[in-house]
Amino acid sequence: MAAEQDLKYTAEHEWLLVEGDVATVGITAYAAEKLGDVVFVELPEEGSDVTAGRVVGEIESTKSVGELFAPVDGVVAEANSAVVDAPELVNSDPFGEGWLVKVRFTALPDNLLSHDEYAALTGE
Amino acid sequence: MSSPHSDNGSSDTPSTEGPPQERTSPLHETHTAAGASFTDFAGWQMPVRYSSDLAEHHAVRTAAGLFDLSHMGEIVLIGPEAGAALDYALAGKLSAIAIDQAKYSLLLSRSGGIVDDLVVYRTGEDRYMVVANASNREAVAQELRDRTAPFDVEVFDESDDIALIAVQGPAALSILLATDGLAADEGALDGEDFGERLSALKYYWSLPALFQTHPVLIARTGYTGEDGFELYIAPDNARALWDALIEAGTEQGLVPAGLASRDTLRLEAGMPLYGHELGLDTMPAQAGLGRVVNLAKDTDFIGRAASEEGPHPEAWVLVGLTGEGKRAARAGYPVYAHDDTTGQDAEVGVVTSGALSPTLGVPIAMAYVAPRFARENTPLLVDVRGTRLPFTVTALPFYSRKKR
Repeated sequence: MAAEQDLKYTAEHEWLLVEGDVATVGITAYAAEKLGDVVFVELPEEGSDVTAGRVVGEIESTKSVGELFAPVDGVVAEANSAVVDAPELVNSDPFGEGWLVKVRFTALPDNLLSHDEYAALTGE
Repeated sequence: MSSPHSDNGSSDTPSTEGPPQERTSPLHETHTAAGASFTDFAGWQMPVRYSSDLAEHHAVRTAAGLFDLSHMGEIVLIGPEAGAALDYALAGKLSAIAIDQAKYSLLLSRSGGIVDDLVVYRTGEDRYMVVANASNREAVAQELRDRTAPFDVEVFDESDDIALIAVQGPAALSILLATDGLAADEGALDGEDFGERLSALKYYWSLPALFQTHPVLIARTGYTGEDGFELYIAPDNARALWDALIEAGTEQGLVPAGLASRDTLRLEAGMPLYGHELGLDTMPAQAGLGRVVNLAKDTDFIGRAASEEGPHPEAWVLVGLTGEGKRAARAGYPVYAHDDTTGQDAEVGVVTSGALSPTLGVPIAMAYVAPRFARENTPLLVDVRGTRLPFTVTALPFYSRKKR
């Protein structure tokens, strides 16, 4: 996994690791902590088109439901089946094995946050 | 993802219903030091979890959990007519319970709706303690004052002067027996030792005791479906008691547990939560609590006439629902019945609480449905954010501990 400092973030508490034209997307440790124990994850199918800002999946904990938003326009290159089988990975390793989807994108939106900007947003 | 929002149990009580300022428990610093996350509950900042909801839930089912419930309201009634006053104010016959006994009861409105559900402890010949939900503390205290005004009794809202710690789980008794500083209140000893008295304490009975030199009321009550105790103590002594329980219990698997696990535990145990399964628009008979309303009582009580009439025959009734897979039905989701003749789904109810059961591994929920769909094994559908998923009406509770 990449250092958290090198990731991009969204105000919806998602992180992006950008490598070439593929962004790996997950939720932040802050979001995982707020959700509590994740018990169910639903992800978009590989090959499906996604639009930035639209809901593409769900992350459920015992207590609540979080929606997964596509942070970029593009095509789902891979969905993490390991996290569907073992949703607790979202809590135990949110920036690593708990990644959710890889999206082959056309362009990055210009409102992504740096690590420092995201840290300021969450106050941590 | 969106900002996580909770939709059941502890964390969604509107803060506007609570007191204007944010209250904290006398154990707040202890919780912070233990790494707790906090949630607003009826105007209180209370621990929602310390590490993992699921780990805390499983600890209570297999060993024990330690809960801070200091936000609960305690209203004390003292006077020669305290029992008669409660018989008039509440749905049960509280004058009939023995000293040291406890009883689950309801405060009804004149129209038979539920103002709050309560546990009432008789702490003396002319003395009772009524334990109310935090969100209803003021309403209960006011109603009790108003309703008991004609009686020779005084009502004191002692909520700010009483902290509450619960030890819940199969190891609870063993942990209390090992806790340094817990001892019998000499006046109540009757020659037996404290351990014998505590071990023999029956469900819904209490034992006045001492922690160090301070009074503590130990009750065999709880809200998890497990054996366990609730300990009422002055706020100044709560932290030392909490620490002593942790010290005695850690090697027996005791962990601090937050309101998130308390909610999944009570849901598995089929226990209603005020604001979800119970409210002013709900009559006890609809919630399966008809037995709590004592119509055989030979005196009048508030809500009696409406209770005798009962709810409308078509009024929705509380059922358990069990689903498949992993997606939970949550509070507010509509319930449908499929009509094979028309091929259409009809809306027949609404979910009031739901989660993926940590113990059973399947989605469980409580819901109000039209009476003709309330029979066990009736197939129903719950609309889970746009997808109608199959659920089956199931007898409550979903989970019962093995009785020894």
